[in-house]
Amino acid sequence: MRFAETGINLEIDLSRGSIEKEGTDPGLTELHLGGLGTNARILWDRVPPETKPFDPENLLIFSAGILAGTPAPGANRTIISTFSPQTLLMAYSIMGGFWAPELKFAGYDKVVIRGKSPELVYLWIHNDKIEIRDASHLKGKGSMETAELIRRELQEPKAQVATIGLAGENRVYFASIEQGRSSASRGGIGAVMGDKGLKAIAVRGTKDVNIAQPAEFFELCTEVLKYIQHRGENPIKGVPPILAGLGSPQEMSLHDEQWHTASFAWGNARERRRDFWNEEVEAQWKEIQDKSVERLISCYNCPMKCGGIITHPKLGRYMMKCYSKLTYTMAAMSDLDFGFRIAGLAQEYGVDGYTTPQVMAFAVELYEAGILTDKDMPEFPADNEERFFYLLEKIVRREGIGDVLADGVYWAARKIGKGAEAYDHNTIKKHEQIPIKLGTLNPIYFLMWSTGEKINITQIEGQIPQAPFPTKEEREEFVKDWIQVPKEEIKDFVLNWGEPGTAFPNFPTPEATCELVEWQETMHYIDDATGICAGLSSFPIKPPYHIHNLPKLISSATGMDIDEAKLWQIARRNRTLIRAINVRRGMRRADEKPPEDHWKRRFPEIEAKLLDEYYKFKGWNNEGIPTKETLQELGLDYVSQDFEQRGVYKEKKARAAKSEAKAVKSQKPATKKGPKK
Amino acid sequence: MKKVKVIKIDVDKCNGCRACEAVCSAFHAAPKYSSTNPERSRIRVLFDPLRDIYVPVLAGEYTEAECNGRNLYTIDGKTYDECSFCRASCPSRDLFKDPDSDLPLKCDMCEEEPPLEEPLCVQWCLSDALTYEEREEEEEEEEKPGEMEIGLESLVKKHGLKKVKDSLARLAKE
Repeated sequence: MRFAETGINLEIDLSRGSIEKEGTDPGLTELHLGGLGTNARILWDRVPPETKPFDPENLLIFSAGILAGTPAPGANRTIISTFSPQTLLMAYSIMGGFWAPELKFAGYDKVVIRGKSPELVYLWIHNDKIEIRDASHLKGKGSMETAELIRRELQEPKAQVATIGLAGENRVYFASIEQGRSSASRGGIGAVMGDKGLKAIAVRGTKDVNIAQPAEFFELCTEVLKYIQHRGENPIKGVPPILAGLGSPQEMSLHDEQWHTASFAWGNARERRRDFWNEEVEAQWKEIQDKSVERLISCYNCPMKCGGIITHPKLGRYMMKCYSKLTYTMAAMSDLDFGFRIAGLAQEYGVDGYTTPQVMAFAVELYEAGILTDKDMPEFPADNEERFFYLLEKIVRREGIGDVLADGVYWAARKIGKGAEAYDHNTIKKHEQIPIKLGTLNPIYFLMWSTGEKINITQIEGQIPQAPFPTKEEREEFVKDWIQVPKEEIKDFVLNWGEPGTAFPNFPTPEATCELVEWQETMHYIDDATGICAGLSSFPIKPPYHIHNLPKLISSATGMDIDEAKLWQIARRNRTLIRAINVRRGMRRADEKPPEDHWKRRFPEIEAKLLDEYYKFKGWNNEGIPTKETLQELGLDYVSQDFEQRGVYKEKKARAAKSEAKAVKSQKPATKKGPKK
Repeated sequence: MKKVKVIKIDVDKCNGCRACEAVCSAFHAAPKYSSTNPERSRIRVLFDPLRDIYVPVLAGEYTEAECNGRNLYTIDGKTYDECSFCRASCPSRDLFKDPDSDLPLKCDMCEEEPPLEEPLCVQWCLSDALTYEEREEEEEEEEKPGEMEIGLESLVKKHGLKKVKDSLARLAKE
């Protein structure tokens, strides 16, 4: 018997209409754990770099984390992996909700989709019975509407449905996969689902998920629950309220948006409004929020209430995830009521709440700069809110200018030309980033932004404070019960930060930065394999899950014998494998940089040193390619063999010679570059 | 004195996480905690987010036949489904039946030795949608007439004692 996992994947070929159940290799679980890790392995093995995102050979993998469906609090995540039409690299996006546990209860760990259906279909998984069903009547339907219609026609109110909206059907490069309460939105995975002609996957299961060492495991789960309760009663002192608790930022319950509205940029990632938040705004936003949020809601087996049921006189009810509350509001320089109104509609269409507002703000800027005109945007409204609604409708239908914008800022800027490229100032690796434009280079964030395979900082930042505590006493107080650190030395970072000489960008040292980044990243890679929500683990300060209890949880659930070192190694293996997948698709050092204006004050030499150090720390060469030795150590010899065959290592030598020559040349301008206007 | 155990349910506080279902099924697995399967749980959350309806229901008695009629409750403008508040394991719905054996499931308040402080679903409900209360209740001293007695009394009233006696004697002979 397999424990925690089911040991069975569903293999669906939509071109042939075939359905197979395939037993999985327990050896792969030992190596990669599950979720993102085993997804990556499948993509490496079965999708060569020549395969394009919209080729039928591209795979779209829905995976439950290995602990999903067990009593571990917050273990409910679905990890969806494929190749992104936008970045052309591996895309993995993760959603909470109820879908992954239901898949496990139906008896499967993953659903692997290949091929393309000529007609729109949906997949119905009901324990052993699996059907590919006609979805022509669902064409163009919204995400919640589709889920409701499917539940009704199957007469299965308890079925969990993951679905695309109109945007996915139209292959919008930032289309999401929605599940009512949650969505997997980044990287354009909804577009791949639409391209495959797959409208939805409905699942219902009534089988057991088994545990290897029941008493031990349940006790550990109970400890986690108690710690969550403890953290609820003891918010972190000396940090903004939004960072003081667990979960995703508690956007649905908290009213205080001082931190987000002052720290993040408004419009097309342009303007910081440090004085925006005042008593009047707070009172007004509080009133809107109290009126709109009817109930706080959770994902499967999680006491956090990161979502809300929103009721709006014009929209009726919908479910909101934490942060889409502000993304539209701030991009449109508008207010909270507008945010609630447009987010509900956007979710029905199934688009990413991060990228979409930025694409629209980018289009508004181009219009105001005269690069886009009334010819491109006939009857473009004068009112900013109306403009956003106008653009949303165009984008999800790929109508007129919407067809260009639907590829995201990077590709749209290049298609539009006429200087539009200069307005693409918030993408990394062609992917829109959270709109944060700050003063001085932050070495930790620099590395996370530049090198993260997720291409999205919200998934790799985490449990380190974001600003120094003002007094020594506060610092000491903070580290006293900081049990989550992997090693004691990490505490020095907090203890020293705030002392003279500890300002960015020279603090922390590159070595210390590497340690901090590696820790944050490792915890995320563990979460993305277990399916535990980052909101209880890698994302907030002092979370209930950490490197010291996770090995025991995983071991007692699965029956494998995993200690801290082994778990760290698994995370490193998964992280390296995804890096290798992207390297095989051409990603190199030159791609690993935030936009120029990400910080006002940049330090090219420090940045180069940080990258050098980090690559070395990771066991990668100077191009960011894992070395043969590293791959061998991780049991990924087959990767280095592939690299050899493709000449990946040789190419690096040629490049290195080139970039060295370049570096010498650019040294002078680099030092006097300073702040750009 | 008799101990009355009450799980109080506040539907306004339920956030629909279904932790109660997960831990109930784990607690009642054999061996204990060896598996999770909400379908085996003796508590289910009936919910419909788009109507803002969240009702945790604990499994009650098994019934062979469904009701002769149904009712619909409307509370605070929200109309709940028929059977929403019913605890029965009943042929009219697939709730509270073991998915393998189809045997009815019934909440036992997690009775075991030594006793739990609170039933597990209550312990795991950090939202306090489920809370637990125990109270002592006086057992009634006065003996109440049984159903049979009440029936016979009414027959005696109607037909007279003699007729009833004769009928009983005749029935006893048959």
